[in-house]
Amino acid sequence: MARSTAAASKPTKLTPAGQSGDLSRAQRLELYYYMRLTRSLEERLVNLYRQTKVVGGLFRSLGQEADAVGSAYALDRSKGDVLSPLIRNLGSMLVQGAKPTEIIKQYMAKGDSPTRGRELNIHYGDLVRGFIGQISHLGDMVPVMAGVTLSFKMRKQDRVGLVYVGDGATSTGAFHEGINFAAVQRCPLVVIVENNGYAYSTPLSNQTAARQLVDKAIGYGVVGERADGNDVIATYEVTKRAVDRARGGGGVTLIELMTYRRKGHAEHDNQSYVPAGEIDRWAAENDPIDRYIKRLLDEDFEESELASIDARVTEEIDIATDEAEASPMPDPRDALIGIYADPPALSPLWFREGIKSAVDVHERPSSWGTHDV
Amino acid sequence: MSEVTYLEAIREALFEEMDRDQNVFCLGEDIGAYGGAFKVTEGLMAKYGAERVIDTPISEAAIIGAAAGAAHMGMRPVCEMQFIDFISTGYDILTNYVATARYRAMLPCPMVVRGPSGGYVRGGPFHSQNPEAAFLHTPGLKMVYPATASDAKGLLKSAIRDEDCVLYFEHKYLYRRIKEELPGGDHLTPIGKARVAREGNDISIITYAATVWKALEAAEQVEKEDGVSVEVLDLRTLLPMDDEAIVGTVKKTNRVLIVHEDTRTGGIAGEITARINESAFEWLDAPILRVTAADVPLPYSPPLEDYVLPQTSDIVVALRRLAAY
Repeated sequence: MARSTAAASKPTKLTPAGQSGDLSRAQRLELYYYMRLTRSLEERLVNLYRQTKVVGGLFRSLGQEADAVGSAYALDRSKGDVLSPLIRNLGSMLVQGAKPTEIIKQYMAKGDSPTRGRELNIHYGDLVRGFIGQISHLGDMVPVMAGVTLSFKMRKQDRVGLVYVGDGATSTGAFHEGINFAAVQRCPLVVIVENNGYAYSTPLSNQTAARQLVDKAIGYGVVGERADGNDVIATYEVTKRAVDRARGGGGVTLIELMTYRRKGHAEHDNQSYVPAGEIDRWAAENDPIDRYIKRLLDEDFEESELASIDARVTEEIDIATDEAEASPMPDPRDALIGIYADPPALSPLWFREGIKSAVDVHERPSSWGTHDV
Repeated sequence: MSEVTYLEAIREALFEEMDRDQNVFCLGEDIGAYGGAFKVTEGLMAKYGAERVIDTPISEAAIIGAAAGAAHMGMRPVCEMQFIDFISTGYDILTNYVATARYRAMLPCPMVVRGPSGGYVRGGPFHSQNPEAAFLHTPGLKMVYPATASDAKGLLKSAIRDEDCVLYFEHKYLYRRIKEELPGGDHLTPIGKARVAREGNDISIITYAATVWKALEAAEQVEKEDGVSVEVLDLRTLLPMDDEAIVGTVKKTNRVLIVHEDTRTGGIAGEITARINESAFEWLDAPILRVTAADVPLPYSPPLEDYVLPQTSDIVVALRRLAAY
């Protein structure tokens, strides 16, 4: 039995994209910039990974750039809207102001990375710029963002929150508890279910018996919408409606964005579980950046405009890479700082007193299957 | 001033802190109109409204997770677990999300998770638990467990003002059984500081919560019957532990009995024993003994519950063994 999970290949139920009339010419180019930046930055990270400069795993959002960028673009940064991304939403963080140098430093576990070497990859946030870092336990950010948006409501602030989950996270208890809580409290929260067909190796058909994930909205008594996640304009528009609804007191919206994960769960994953031809078909027929370029060129944009954005992106990533590579690793003893506000740091264990670092030469046997720092 | 019960002391703390700081709010199951399963939050909704006293769905993970999100934004949430036994359904978000937030993401999480804890009330396996050992192992959390009305109030006020997440266990056996005149003014009990509940010279009992009272009874008995002078140290805060007070009483009496109501294996007594071993071994004149619950889920029927939980007579037996060593 073919385990085709490519639900988005039957886009009959999807809300069609409009003409993005409320987006200016500059904004439409900006959408392209963020999508291109996402893809090129991840490609640079792949290079660094192959040079063993990335300490942990590498997570790609290849083919999903439109849903992250388009949805985040619907938030209002001037009003202080906040989002919480998932592992394939690098694009949403870039829209909120995350910098390529921060991302590269995170992956390289640098001491001046946003988490000072404590957390991996894109697991970081900044309340000032309006994004809160995820944790690995899927679904947990839904109750957290319910609380963030509950605070907006309690303080009568004109702010909206957005939380991303994948198709897999809809199976968790935290997702259920969080969206139900937010729905009851009418929190100004948009929940985006990014349906990319797979949770690690598990296809959607093994994840849920629901006909489509947007159907879950009915059970929570919230508005549900479903859109083509590989169409950045459609993604923007469906999210904008939900954001406006939330800001207007209309409560929670659940949006299912149909997309496809063209890379494995992480870079190590050989995707042996994917039916032959499926990935190639998506790459050839439904790449979100290719589609958007075609759309822009069909309108009144010039190839030279896009090429100059590509050049700008490359330059920014080059500068960011140089800066990240030159950054220091953390001081080992920083590990004891900031577990609590009070006390601000722990004392070293007695066998580490007066010792600067645990080992002079970092040892990790190759049999562990991971490369050394 | 009139005497105030342990339960009323908790309620007073909530009223005072909600008056003091607009950012303080409560959320939990049936805490609003109904006033909570034990009526701890009675009157709060009438005074502060449904916006600040939120009746939630039966969703401990959502209660704790939403509190964390609100705390990031500067609020000071106080979550009620209807019974502390149900905190286990929020274990993931407490240990993985809340406890790590400051360290991994520099996100402040000033919040309290409180709830009725403990046995001696014929509550059975799911309305009698003491969950502290499960969280002792989680860096990033703090834990307090008051034994007196004064500390019940003072520790809750301190917990609400703490910059990190504090688990506040309140012993339901003590709710209406003990009362005292509370100190006036803005009464705060510092987190991280134990209290000498009874001075003594020959043996130290290190304990907390309801068994403080059993330890005091046992101390009186052996003083009267055996002439043995027993010191009782009420830890009050379980995380961070007051090592200075623990070592201080060990050096004073040289004999130590640790008493807790929680089950034995992996209980806090083991951690306290290890700490004394590492930092005051040469001050001991006898092995450290433990009186704890047996390692069984707490049964309902009175003869069974009484048999499993530590009793005053058990503490007397242990004190006599230590005195004779």
